[in-house]
Amino acid sequence: MIRVILPAHLRALAHVDGEVELDIGGQVTQGSVLDALEARYPMLRGTIRDHRTGKRRAFVRFFACQQDLSHEPAEAPLPDAVASGTEPYLIVGAMAGG
Amino acid sequence: MSGVRVLVGTRKGAFVLSSDGKREKWEVSGPHFPGWEIYHVKGSPADQDRLYASQSSGWFGQVIQRSDDGGATWAPVGNEFSYDGTPGTHQWYDGTPHPWEFARVWHLEPSPDDPETVYAGVEDAGLFRSTDGGQHWQELPGLRGHRSGPSWQPGAGGMCLHTIILDPSSPGRMFAAISAAGAFRSDDAGQTWRPVNHGLHSEGIPDPAAEVGHCVHRIAMHPSRPSVLYMQKHWDVMRSDDAGESWREVSGNLPTDFGFPIDVHAHEPETIYVVPITSDSHHFPPEGKLRVYRSRTGGDEWEPLTRGLPQDHCYVNVLRDAMAVDSLEDCGIYFGTTGGQVYGSADAGDTWEPIVRDLPAVLSVEVQTLS
Repeated sequence: MIRVILPAHLRALAHVDGEVELDIGGQVTQGSVLDALEARYPMLRGTIRDHRTGKRRAFVRFFACQQDLSHEPAEAPLPDAVASGTEPYLIVGAMAGG
Repeated sequence: MSGVRVLVGTRKGAFVLSSDGKREKWEVSGPHFPGWEIYHVKGSPADQDRLYASQSSGWFGQVIQRSDDGGATWAPVGNEFSYDGTPGTHQWYDGTPHPWEFARVWHLEPSPDDPETVYAGVEDAGLFRSTDGGQHWQELPGLRGHRSGPSWQPGAGGMCLHTIILDPSSPGRMFAAISAAGAFRSDDAGQTWRPVNHGLHSEGIPDPAAEVGHCVHRIAMHPSRPSVLYMQKHWDVMRSDDAGESWREVSGNLPTDFGFPIDVHAHEPETIYVVPITSDSHHFPPEGKLRVYRSRTGGDEWEPLTRGLPQDHCYVNVLRDAMAVDSLEDCGIYFGTTGGQVYGSADAGDTWEPIVRDLPAVLSVEVQTLS
C-alpha cells in the first residue's frame, strides 16, 4: 500500500480528505505511483504532469523520506519506506507568491 | 418568475450572484474553486442549468469545470488542450520565434443551440471545440494556421484568444479576437479564417494599418444585427457595419478611448457601453471617477453614467470579459472591477448599485436571464 499526500488544491479537486492509499502492481516508481493516482482520480490528469510528455509541472515537487525526488527519472524506484507504506509520498505545490 | 444569475470569475474563485427580476436583493454563493483563478464562467443559451468554468493555477495548470444544475454543484471535465499537429512558432516579445505553448483558457463560448458544444479561446492563441460537454477538446487549427500566424505577437497579458462570437443568423460564421493579432472571421464554421482588421489604426506597430498585429481588446455584437460589430481596441472604439470587412472609429467625445470591455444593450442594437480607462500606462479611470459611457447612436456621441458609481479616489480597472447585459424587459448591465466590486444597473445604466464590494479582483462577468 502506497500512501500519497496531495496538496490542498488537488485534494479539493479530487474530493479526497487526508492521504490517498494506492495499490501498485510491480515496481514502485514515481511513474507507476502517478499512473495509479491518475487512474483512480482522472481529474488530476494534467495538474501534476503534462498530459502528453509526462513532464512534471514547473511548480510541483515530489518529496519522500526528507528527500526531494523531483528531478529523479520517472522509472527510478522509490525508497523502500515508501514502497512499504511506512513513509508517504508527498506531491507538493512549490512555495511561491500568490 | 424571471430572474438573473450573474456568473463572476475572479483571481481567487468563482461566485454566483442570483436575484429575481427586480434585481434588488441578491444571493451570493461562492467562492467556488477557492484559491484558483477563474478566467471565465458562462452558461449555455440552450440549457440554463449548464455552465462551464475555466479554472487555472500557476501550480496545477488548467481545469475545466461543468455544472448541470445552475452552479449548485460542479464536476471537472476534460482539460487536455493539445494543439493540432506540430504547433510551430509565433513571435516572442523580442521578435524571435517562440513555440506555441498552451497556458490557459481565457474564454468559453457555449453553442447557442447545443449544450454539449462549447468553444474555448486559449493562450497561446488558439481555438478549441468540445462536442461532448467539455470531456474532449479538439483544436480548430485553421485559425492558428493562418499564414500570418508565425508573425503574431503576445500583448502584455499574453497571446490570448479572448473573444469568440457565434453569428446566430449564419451558423457557419464566427468571429475571434486575439491580443495582439487582431480580429478574424470564419464563414465555414471555423475551418478557415481570415483577418478582418481593415480600418484599424494602431500606432504601436510598425505599419499602423497592418493586416494583423492589432491589440483588439473586445468585440461585441447584437444578435438582431449580426453584421454590426463594435470593438474596444487598445486605443480607439471602432464599429463595423459589414461584418468586419471595414471598421471606422466611433470614439467621438469619450474622455479617453482606451479601455477593455464593450457591450450592447439587449433590446437596442445601437446602444452600447464602454468604460474609458486613462491609458495603457495608467490602468485606472480618468480623474479617479468610475464612469460607464453609453452611446445611443451606435458610437460617436457618448454620455457618462455616474449615478451610484464612485466619483472620488477610484483607481480600479474593468477587464475585457467583465461586462455583460441581461435580457429582461428593462435591460440590466453588470460589470466587475479589479477592486472586487460587481456593479449592477437595472435601468440600462441610468443608476448603479454594488451587488458585492469585496471579492477578489474580477476577471469576468456573465449574466444568464432565467425563465
